Amino acid sequence: MNWWGRLLRSDRLEQELDQELRFHFEQQVADNVRAGMTEPQARRAVRLVFGGLNQVKEDCRESRGTMWVTSVAQDIRFTLRTLRRDRAFTIVAVLILALGIGANIAVFSVVDTILLRPLPFLDAQRLVWIAGNSGTGALSDTTFRVDAYEEIQRQSQSFTEMTAYVPFFATSDAKLTGLGEPRVLPGVWVAGNFFHMLGVRPQLGRLFTPEESVKGGRPAVLLSHSFWQRQFAGNPAIVGQAITLDNHPVTVVGVLPAGFDFGGVFHPGVKADIFTPVVMDNIRNWGHMLSIIGLLKPGVTVAQAQAEADVVYPQIIAAHPEWMTDLAVKITGLKDHVSGTLRRSLIVLWCAVGLILLIVCANLSNLLLARAAARGKEFAMRSALGAKRSRLIRQLLTESLVLSSLGAALGLTIAYAITSYLAHQGSIALPLLSSARVDASALVWTLLIACIATLFFAIVPTLRMSRGNLQDSLKDSGHGASAGRKHERMRAALVISEIALACVLLVGAGLLLRSFLRVLDVDLGFEPSHASAIKVDFNDDGKPARRGAILKEMLRRVSAIPGIEAAGISDKLPLDRNRSWELRAKGRSYPKDANQDAFVYIVTPGYLDAMGMHLRSGRDFNWADTPTSQPVILINEAAARRDWPGQDPLGREAEGIGDGVTRVVGVISDVHDSSVEEAANPEVFVPVTQGSPEGGELVLRSKLPPGALAGSVMSTLRSMNPGQPATEFRPIQQLVDHAVSPRRFFVLLVGVFAGLGLLLASLGIYGVISYSVTQQTQEIGIRMALGATQARVQLRVISKTLKLALIGIAVGVVASFGIAALISSLLFATAPTDPLTFACMILLLVTVALIAGYLPARRASRIDPIVALRCN
Amino acid sequence: MVTASKFDLPQGTLDLLILRVVALGPIHGYAIAQRIQQISRNALQVQQGSLYPALHRLQYKKFLAAKWAESETGRDAKFYELTAKGRAQLKSETESWARLTELVALILQDPEGELS
Repeated sequence: MNWWGRLLRSDRLEQELDQELRFHFEQQVADNVRAGMTEPQARRAVRLVFGGLNQVKEDCRESRGTMWVTSVAQDIRFTLRTLRRDRAFTIVAVLILALGIGANIAVFSVVDTILLRPLPFLDAQRLVWIAGNSGTGALSDTTFRVDAYEEIQRQSQSFTEMTAYVPFFATSDAKLTGLGEPRVLPGVWVAGNFFHMLGVRPQLGRLFTPEESVKGGRPAVLLSHSFWQRQFAGNPAIVGQAITLDNHPVTVVGVLPAGFDFGGVFHPGVKADIFTPVVMDNIRNWGHMLSIIGLLKPGVTVAQAQAEADVVYPQIIAAHPEWMTDLAVKITGLKDHVSGTLRRSLIVLWCAVGLILLIVCANLSNLLLARAAARGKEFAMRSALGAKRSRLIRQLLTESLVLSSLGAALGLTIAYAITSYLAHQGSIALPLLSSARVDASALVWTLLIACIATLFFAIVPTLRMSRGNLQDSLKDSGHGASAGRKHERMRAALVISEIALACVLLVGAGLLLRSFLRVLDVDLGFEPSHASAIKVDFNDDGKPARRGAILKEMLRRVSAIPGIEAAGISDKLPLDRNRSWELRAKGRSYPKDANQDAFVYIVTPGYLDAMGMHLRSGRDFNWADTPTSQPVILINEAAARRDWPGQDPLGREAEGIGDGVTRVVGVISDVHDSSVEEAANPEVFVPVTQGSPEGGELVLRSKLPPGALAGSVMSTLRSMNPGQPATEFRPIQQLVDHAVSPRRFFVLLVGVFAGLGLLLASLGIYGVISYSVTQQTQEIGIRMALGATQARVQLRVISKTLKLALIGIAVGVVASFGIAALISSLLFATAPTDPLTFACMILLLVTVALIAGYLPARRASRIDPIVALRCN
Repeated sequence: MVTASKFDLPQGTLDLLILRVVALGPIHGYAIAQRIQQISRNALQVQQGSLYPALHRLQYKKFLAAKWAESETGRDAKFYELTAKGRAQLKSETESWARLTELVALILQDPEGELS
């Protein structure tokens, strides 16, 4: 019988043991009788020799090697009984642990998802991101021409394969007709081998065939899983059928799996419903169009690939001067590209929850110490009855383990709720967040931190309780004003460390919060409130004059709707999609490598007003700017500073925009184009009649909520173009919210943790002070009997609280300076030593400490001397 | 029967004795104790308190196998017998015991160490 058999079938073993020993006994008796004793004499003699039958049995049981399980089970049963008896303590302890552990698991899941886990692709470790322009600048800078893509593919030896997609999503969106109201589907153009290289297998149907990505090939489309569910109710029959996209029939060749989230990996916040194989020949002359992903050959490192690119790419560029590109290629691991910038924030978050766990442990330690004091007599008794010290320690550790197991179980539930909540927040622009979940590694992590926490919070009370001279503990809980002083010092130290930790958390959170407020306060260069945008569809046959006429009429009709204050159209919105062209002042000589990129927006007259942008000088466009009139542009101040330093750019001529020379007719204040936190880039605005817009976003300014406008605006648009797809109004504020969402996310989490830390610290203060008041009931009673006033008693308790708080804060502030320096790169327009933040947080802590101390102080002052003196 | 054990058996020796006795054929616990007592001419008395835990330990280590069978008196008793593993153990234990006693004797007989 093996170990498990012995453990599980102990009943049979017991029976056999009994039978075996009885046989021995009877045999001996029989022998004795045979030797001449009477039966009772024989029995007596044998019993004498046999000694304690139970002791023999016990030793035999011991030899099974399963006894510790039984006694642990005993310990656990006993623990559960004690904990049930002490319900208030149990609930508080488990709740505190659950909050601490839950927060830790949730953050671990997020960190694991974004930072630790490999991307959900085949050979994810070998995937790299290949960016132009050393990986900096706008999308137009970091992308490649089709020719360059093909040439890099041909000449690089480091890669097994390369693939690409077009990150200019406005071009790849497609209008779906023939299925209810016409709608614009967010789509992505991908190279034919895109899914194949990433190892994404279709849930239904197949991936693209090579002939589908050549000119004249059969049009094909893959559907995202969520779109398939939404639009076709998950009907598998759609595969093989044709749908109408941009007025052409396109065959649905397959459905992608639910686990594939294009936006989540490559462009957080971007939705993609359909994927179309891009025909490279069609976009060959469109300039920089492709984002490239490479699959390294096994064994090749990123550094080796970079070294090769550093040699090969300049040669390619030198052979093709007509590309007018001369900047270097930057290769990074795809995972780094996706989440590298978040590393620091996530680590800060991780540390913050680590601090929470420490505070939780200190708190629990404190609770257990208080409990230990109350149970001193119980332990003295058990010890006196023969319990070994190791047994007592085991009992205490079991209690702690049971507590943290309960806490971990509850914490796991909390973490599960938080994680699934976060995973469904599509508006947070964090990569991969949608795939966050509590998985096996999170479970392992849970186990780990539960054990570490147990060790942390149990070690002090356990040692204290089991070491102590038991006589002392019997005496200690008796009378005497200064009883339990040693005990109390320990608890005070714990509270001080709690306050210090909470202080660090609060200061960190305060600095981040202040940075966030500063970010919200940034002058964006436009007024996001009361403005919203809707994607409009128009058919101009590519003729600028016709486009001008259509849009002018559209704006006229829309502006006539009551409640509309201003309306204008741009093909791209700030903080949304972008594109850049070169801008140069005519006649000025530039250094060869100068980056002359400027963000380009193709807009109608009135767009500036609709967005609330500020014209600094010159004029806005008007409908007299036609395809045949003088080509004009507006620029922002950043462009003016760069290209016309120290001059008035009005009326000057610029090159690089459009075909020839354009004249600057106005200057606007800087608009934050790609990030709220970074300074604006040079920007150029071109009239719709003189450029070719990529789609159109109609921006409306109105005090009315978008919902109230939707109907009338849509019917107006439909009256001009029955094919106008049904799209949602997008508040411009949403663009800003989206842009600041990662910061909001971190501030919110760190803030919540700081709040939690504060709460726990105040609980700790309350516990200690309240306990010491209880301990000193008699002493206080005597003082009051001798004439101490209520106020004096209160003051004594409160000053004691304040002393603890101030020591904790002093330690905490020193630590905070260190921490603040570490997170300084996450701060925005806030010094790591920001005095206001420090002052506020200290004040907050002191206030909370005072409240936590006041409650027991009030209780102390209400002690009735007579009762207090009589109670022992 | 009345005399208590005259020697304290060194640790592990009891196991060796049990293995040796069981090697003669299937035998129950009481008989093992009797046999050891007889062979040692009453010098060694094995207490039940040591015998049974030792027997069980050897059984769990798979040196002994046990089965219930009718004893000479007609009652069911638990009979132990040596397994192949137990036989090998007995052999190696016996050898090392012999070696140990030999060495101990050698040292004790060393004339230079003699008390005088």
